[in-house]
Amino acid sequence: MKRLFPILSVITAVLLAYALYQALVVAPTDAQQGEVYRIIYYHVPSAWTAFLLFFINFIASIQYLASRKPSTQTAAKWIVLAIGVVGVIACFLPAVQKLIPAGMRPSAVATTVLAIPAFYFLVGKLFPGQRLDVLAVTTAEVGVVFCTIVLITGPIWARPVWGIWWAPGDIRLTSTLVLWLIYVSYLVLRRFSNSAQTQMLAAALAVFGALDVPLVYFSIWFFRTQHPQPVIGGGGSMDPRMLHVLVVSWMAFLCFAFLVCWSRFRLELMHREVEEAHAMESLVGSGVTSKASLPLSRSSR
Amino acid sequence: MNSLWAVTLATLMKDIRLEWRSKDALNSMLFFSLLVVVIFSFSFDPLAEESRHIAGGLIWVAFLFASVVALNQTWARELRNQVLDAYRVSPAPANALFLAKALGNFIFVSVLEALMTPLFVIFYNLRVLGPAWQLIPIAVLGTWALVVNGTFFAAMSVRTRSREIMLPLLLFPISIPAVLGMVAGTTSILTGEESAHFWIVLLLTYDVVFTTACLALFGMILHAE
Repeated sequence: MKRLFPILSVITAVLLAYALYQALVVAPTDAQQGEVYRIIYYHVPSAWTAFLLFFINFIASIQYLASRKPSTQTAAKWIVLAIGVVGVIACFLPAVQKLIPAGMRPSAVATTVLAIPAFYFLVGKLFPGQRLDVLAVTTAEVGVVFCTIVLITGPIWARPVWGIWWAPGDIRLTSTLVLWLIYVSYLVLRRFSNSAQTQMLAAALAVFGALDVPLVYFSIWFFRTQHPQPVIGGGGSMDPRMLHVLVVSWMAFLCFAFLVCWSRFRLELMHREVEEAHAMESLVGSGVTSKASLPLSRSSR
Repeated sequence: MNSLWAVTLATLMKDIRLEWRSKDALNSMLFFSLLVVVIFSFSFDPLAEESRHIAGGLIWVAFLFASVVALNQTWARELRNQVLDAYRVSPAPANALFLAKALGNFIFVSVLEALMTPLFVIFYNLRVLGPAWQLIPIAVLGTWALVVNGTFFAAMSVRTRSREIMLPLLLFPISIPAVLGMVAGTTSILTGEESAHFWIVLLLTYDVVFTTACLALFGMILHAE
């Protein structure tokens, strides 16, 4: 595993450089916005990466809460399976198909719905016990960083294109801001809480945040219909060459996010081992030899 | 089910009696929101037409800040003499405790609103142009939205360092859709320009979703060790 890290770092660096070259040189200039639109290749992949990380955080938090009691764990398993099955079937019912926005194929929506149980079981398999909580910290922190990039590049892009830095009624910008606020409060809670209960409290807050997001989205959507804003985005399809560069850029960002998450994950694990060893030491007393309580003896686990 | 309501009622009556004798939360909330009203009226000094557009925002921001005062005292009161630990080991259902606390806060904040709303009307020369009765569902649903999550997050923040600061930091981001619903709904009724139906439905959805979530997770929060 340790050898894999430098190899992946090199691949990520190459991918990021290639994505930058594609974004600045290869991608065609936008007909209306000119060169300034190229910020999309940083703005949108950061947003997708941040949302993915927050989604993983939510799944890990649910898993953590469910794993407290065997009965809730079984119940959660069946609920997630039911969501997957019902969601996929619902996507192909004519009544539901009308609700799917134009331009989205039902099969694509069904695949997205399937991601929920898939992620749920994958995360539960790969990260048993305390590692679920470590995963939740990691994804929340890295997600906030990517979300911050979105919120900084958004206004930079908006200023020349829309003429304003910030559109308070724009759904995407405002709901991203609220998401950012929720996850910053999540990190603040983790910082201020006592160590023993932090994990449970943080997991509960993550669930509340995930429940809040659709409500935020709908409230801002309706607010916008009442208070007309300058027409922003939407409409028109993307040049396939642009889409290609966007996907390449996203791959590079995903690799980068994975790399950062990985090292943060290892750091957090080590940090907890050190804390555990310190607690053990003060519990047992100084009589223990330093060899037995050496925190970094990872091979012993 | 029977014991749930019995415990809820007993705890609720205890809280109301405590509050009736000390009047700690209610007095500080009242004075705080009075200060907010006076300061806002100095700093904006609006005409009648303008005040209709901004009063919805001002009144709910004042209530939001004031309710944090009451919410902070909800559980802090139980920390003295280890009452909270006693609750934890007692066989009483955890949700009964939560419901009692949330209902108590709902009553306190409702009293505050009933006393402060006339003052707002006087200070800002308000006259309602839309259907005024719709303000009642907005007030009831909005207050419950603030109070149910507030009680839950107060139980969380009571476990942290500097707990008085933690509560608004946790509560306000999650409350944004509810606050938007209350403010936009109140404004559309005051100005009479738009229908407030969507906002009432939004608040109702918010209340149902988060009351369920609170009841599902409160036991874990209370017993978290």
